[in-house]
Amino acid sequence: MPEQESKGDPAPATEMSEAVSRRAFAARVGLGAVGACYAAAFGYPVYRYLAAPARDAAELAAITEVTIPRENIPPAGSVLMFKFGAKPAMLIHHADGGKVCFSAVCTHLGCTVQYQAAEDHIHCACHGGVYDSRTGKNVSGPPPKPLPRFDVIEETPDGPVVVKRV
Amino acid sequence: MAQSSSSVSDAPPRGPIYEWLNDRLGLDWFLAFARKKTVPDHAHTFWYYWGGISLFFFVVQLVSGILLLMYYRPGEQAYDSVREITYAIDFGWLIRSAHSWSANLMVLAVFIHMFSVFFMKAYRKPREFGWWSGLVLLGLTMVFGFSGYLLPMDDLAYFATQVGLNIPKSLPGMGPIIEQLVQGGPDVSSVTIQRFFALHVVVLPLVFLGVLAFHLWLVFKHGSALPPSEEVKPEPQRRSIPFFPNFMLKDLAMWLFALNLLTLLAFLYPWPLGPQADPLAAAPEGIHPEWYFMSQFQALKVIGRYVPGMAGELLGIGLFSMGGVLWGLIPFFDTRKAGAARARAITWFGLAVVLGLAALTVMGYWEVWSVAE
Repeated sequence: MPEQESKGDPAPATEMSEAVSRRAFAARVGLGAVGACYAAAFGYPVYRYLAAPARDAAELAAITEVTIPRENIPPAGSVLMFKFGAKPAMLIHHADGGKVCFSAVCTHLGCTVQYQAAEDHIHCACHGGVYDSRTGKNVSGPPPKPLPRFDVIEETPDGPVVVKRV
Repeated sequence: MAQSSSSVSDAPPRGPIYEWLNDRLGLDWFLAFARKKTVPDHAHTFWYYWGGISLFFFVVQLVSGILLLMYYRPGEQAYDSVREITYAIDFGWLIRSAHSWSANLMVLAVFIHMFSVFFMKAYRKPREFGWWSGLVLLGLTMVFGFSGYLLPMDDLAYFATQVGLNIPKSLPGMGPIIEQLVQGGPDVSSVTIQRFFALHVVVLPLVFLGVLAFHLWLVFKHGSALPPSEEVKPEPQRRSIPFFPNFMLKDLAMWLFALNLLTLLAFLYPWPLGPQADPLAAAPEGIHPEWYFMSQFQALKVIGRYVPGMAGELLGIGLFSMGGVLWGLIPFFDTRKAGAARARAITWFGLAVVLGLAALTVMGYWEVWSVAE
């Protein structure tokens, strides 16, 4: 606006319109700053309010180990699905007595995977991903990474089984 | 593109984004319309802001209400979910406090708006439908308040709803209708919460938005009314300011003031949550309805002293209903043709209504507090 007014005007007028535009600029910056303060003052509580459950879940997920009572350990050749923090995990008790534990969240798009005892592999029904049931390695299908593995610690043959984040 | 910008020669040059939108949406038309619209400027202009302030609080209600919906669970878990919102979820207390405070401020603003319209005689031709749609909005606002009050299901909510629903039950034939259709049983229960919830968050907003759109369209169509003291002035002596941007900026300033006030109240006086409703517990001493139902509550109490029993209730409800109908018919009595004497009488009548409602409200609080002590 001021540029238009100053076109062809003598010098004093130009100076004045420059002063006005400087004032207008300062007003705009000031108004913008106040507006940003308001937006922050109202946006922050709303953000925290909406994010509260996610924060609680993250706190829950921050655990490093889960203790499974012996009586919950499945018979050989089957699987126990359980929650490790907020996410599903699987403890596979192989026919030969070996126990391995993985995150049960498919590394492709987050579906919960299943242990198929007949084929002795881990399968994801969503997009047909297959993982090795002993190493968790992605064998076929779309999964880009192996399933994260947990350490399985058995201090006594009859005591509880502790599953730990590696 | 260049054509449209040169065709409006007196409009200041705008950025390419404005031009891009203008070519597709015709923004110039809206701006020209908004500039042409003017708002009268006189000693009583202050009262023109109250419709806008009511609207502002309604918008706050929509936003804070949607946020509360993220965690509120109607039915059996209502109280627990409100307790979670108030004590466990970050800033939940603030959002709930803002919703409750804004509800009260909205009712207050709507009342001020109504009485300012009344005393400016802005219900006269051609604005009768503005008056009627405004009264409908006032009624909806009060039903909003009544239905929202139950949702936390604390002891006050429970007994207030119980009492509030028992009043119309005294009307002949209304008992079974209220029990079957509104309350969903012989008492206020989780079934009632579920119904009030549906009413409060779906039915009322839908109806309210429709009537509000009609009301605002009328405001734009007819503009702000002149009070009689201005109407008598000859045209050249009347002053006005453009709606856009002058009046709109003032409106926005009032909204900012309303927002600051609401924030202060919500922060400094967080809305309390009472103990969970227990139908076996006695109603707390000094229990009373929200301030905007206090005058009706007190009127029933007073009438009950002179006309005990059902007859008193009926008389009270009858008087208030008749008053409401008369209030709605005012545009037919107080026309410009009806003359100055009647206009003055109506103004005195309005003053009597304001004073009567205020006196009943004060009396109600006086009795409630003296019982509580």
